[in-house]
Amino acid sequence: MRRCVLLALAAVFLLSGAAFAGDTLKIGFNIPLTGDIPKVGESSRNAAEMLKEDINSAGGLEVGGKKYKLEFIYEDNESKAESAVNVALKLIERDEVLAIVGPNSSKQAVPAGGTCDDNRTPMISPWSTNPDTTYERPWVFRAAFLDPFQGPVAVNFAAKQFGAKTAAVIFDISNDYSKGLAEIFRDVWEKKMGAGTVVAFESHGTKDQDFSAQLTKMLAAKPDFIFIPDNYNQVALIIKQAHDLGWTGPFMGSDAWGSAELIDLCGKDCVGQYFSTHYAAAGAKGATKEFIDRFAAKYGYIPDDVAALTWDSTRLVLQGIQEAGEVKSSVTKMRKAIRDALASITQFDGITGSMKFDEQGDPIKCAVVVRINENGEFVFTEQVCPE
Amino acid sequence: MEFLIQNIFNALQWGSFYALIALGYTLVYGVLLLINFAHGDIFMVGAYIAFFVTAFLLGDFGGMASGALPGWAILALAVPLTMALTSCVGVTLERIAYRPLRRKGAHRLYVVITALMCGLVLENGNLALLGASRKKFPELVDKAIWTFGEVSVTNLKVAVIVAAVAVFLILQTIVTRTKIGMAMRGISYDKFAIPLMGIPVDSIIVFTFVLGSGFAGLAGLLFAMSYPILEPYMGALIGWKAFIAAVVGGIGDIRGAFLGGFLLGFIEIGVAAVFPSTLRDLLAFSILLVILWWKPTGLFGVAKTTKI
Repeated sequence: MRRCVLLALAAVFLLSGAAFAGDTLKIGFNIPLTGDIPKVGESSRNAAEMLKEDINSAGGLEVGGKKYKLEFIYEDNESKAESAVNVALKLIERDEVLAIVGPNSSKQAVPAGGTCDDNRTPMISPWSTNPDTTYERPWVFRAAFLDPFQGPVAVNFAAKQFGAKTAAVIFDISNDYSKGLAEIFRDVWEKKMGAGTVVAFESHGTKDQDFSAQLTKMLAAKPDFIFIPDNYNQVALIIKQAHDLGWTGPFMGSDAWGSAELIDLCGKDCVGQYFSTHYAAAGAKGATKEFIDRFAAKYGYIPDDVAALTWDSTRLVLQGIQEAGEVKSSVTKMRKAIRDALASITQFDGITGSMKFDEQGDPIKCAVVVRINENGEFVFTEQVCPE
Repeated sequence: MEFLIQNIFNALQWGSFYALIALGYTLVYGVLLLINFAHGDIFMVGAYIAFFVTAFLLGDFGGMASGALPGWAILALAVPLTMALTSCVGVTLERIAYRPLRRKGAHRLYVVITALMCGLVLENGNLALLGASRKKFPELVDKAIWTFGEVSVTNLKVAVIVAAVAVFLILQTIVTRTKIGMAMRGISYDKFAIPLMGIPVDSIIVFTFVLGSGFAGLAGLLFAMSYPILEPYMGALIGWKAFIAAVVGGIGDIRGAFLGGFLLGFIEIGVAAVFPSTLRDLLAFSILLVILWWKPTGLFGVAKTTKI
């Protein structure tokens, strides 16, 4: 009995301690630490930790002449849509964060964006490229380019690089990102090359491990190349199985390939393939290079695009807080001020390039196409900017 | 025509995994009338054990000098080691989860629920121990791709199919031709009278788990070689499907599990090859439902009385 009382007292003290810590700014992270794409969450967290240490070791973030310590709360959304919504609610209601960074994948960012918008909490997704994430949601922003821009980049590059006339597509039907991008790609390709030039358009489920039936069908249609807008863990299996079935032609991928884990999983099967992404680590310059070097020294691997985009997203949030002018007493007022500040940012120079924001909260920025070389590095091949 | 042959090979490979896992379900059910729902996760553990065994043999943990053994030798060592270690996991489960319940005379329902829990413990234990990152299985044997016209077959694909058939023949022989097989069938027939004949029931049950889990380990190794990305939940879905395959074949019957596994493989690949693959599971399991509707005991099932 006595122990219960003591525990309860301790809990009260701990809680009140947290409540009285008025000098910290809380930012939530809604990221996939387990599930299908754990490396994405890990990269996000690593980048955010690095930024937090930078700022806190300098005394904190200066807002209106006063310095505030940062507190980052990382919550695991298990790479699931429904968990992402729960995590968003938890961060908004229990932790009372000022803003949320994440979720990363569109599969989670689209539903979580709705939750944040309804609850009037600013959210910025680092990695989501599906237009629905921010569409008609004034409280939701992002740091990545959109699939309607990425699709044509892939189409034009493949047509030029491979001299391709026909294409085959395989995608994950239960993933908003994969499905959306596959459809955009098909429409743009057929508009450019004529109807029926996407000779195979095959889908699979998230938990699938065998793709041989779909691939057999695709190879029988004899495409000039195969487009795979899929997460890196599935890419590794699909490419291997296509090679087993005798395919020797090229593949083209999208930004979900760009994980530090892709080469570990895929090995030499991925060498020589191309994909469109947000930045190229090999051969970077300036602030980007500085970020890459520090990250690699600290965590032991080259930061992937998610790490870079999380860094940019978090800095956008911090800039929003600073531009709000002062830290207001109520969380709701502060959230509103951050949203207004974010919406009024017109130009931001991030390490993934400089971006302008349109009225939907989407950045207008360039994409790069990278090639995977023999050492597994993602080498810059071409940059494509919006006209 | 070539399209058809290619898909037959695809289906044979995919069906082999279902068949290998279904055999484990059917063995335990045949002897104990227990559906060992943890079996899919034992298969997952088998794949992870195979990963660590090969990594050890390759010298990743300082087990041997790097490059001391050629790939085929590592494989030859990995097969028995993986099977032995995986059967230890199966026997441990039997020892700590099923046997105490059996001793207390618990109803079969509670044992099935226990099995479900054991599966979740294995999955989440793996997640807690090894983390969420996927593991990449190393390539042990150089891949050879044989192409006949438009049809491509890898040496691995052939090995998987041969292994599934071999395992079936071994199990069929053990159960129908040996004394220990006779004892297994005896327990299934009447587990109260059989101890009176001087047959050590517990040892026979342990032997059943050794067989079932050992072959799940083999399936895990072959699966990891064919689809070299391992994750903690990889056994869940394939375990469920293999269980359904065993039921459709007639659970408790070895031929039934074998054929059921291949049947499911053929239906799944066939549906995905002809229809949009979104319909794959829907059509595949509708077909299996119709089969059960027509023959509720499964293709080889015998109503009640003796099984195996």
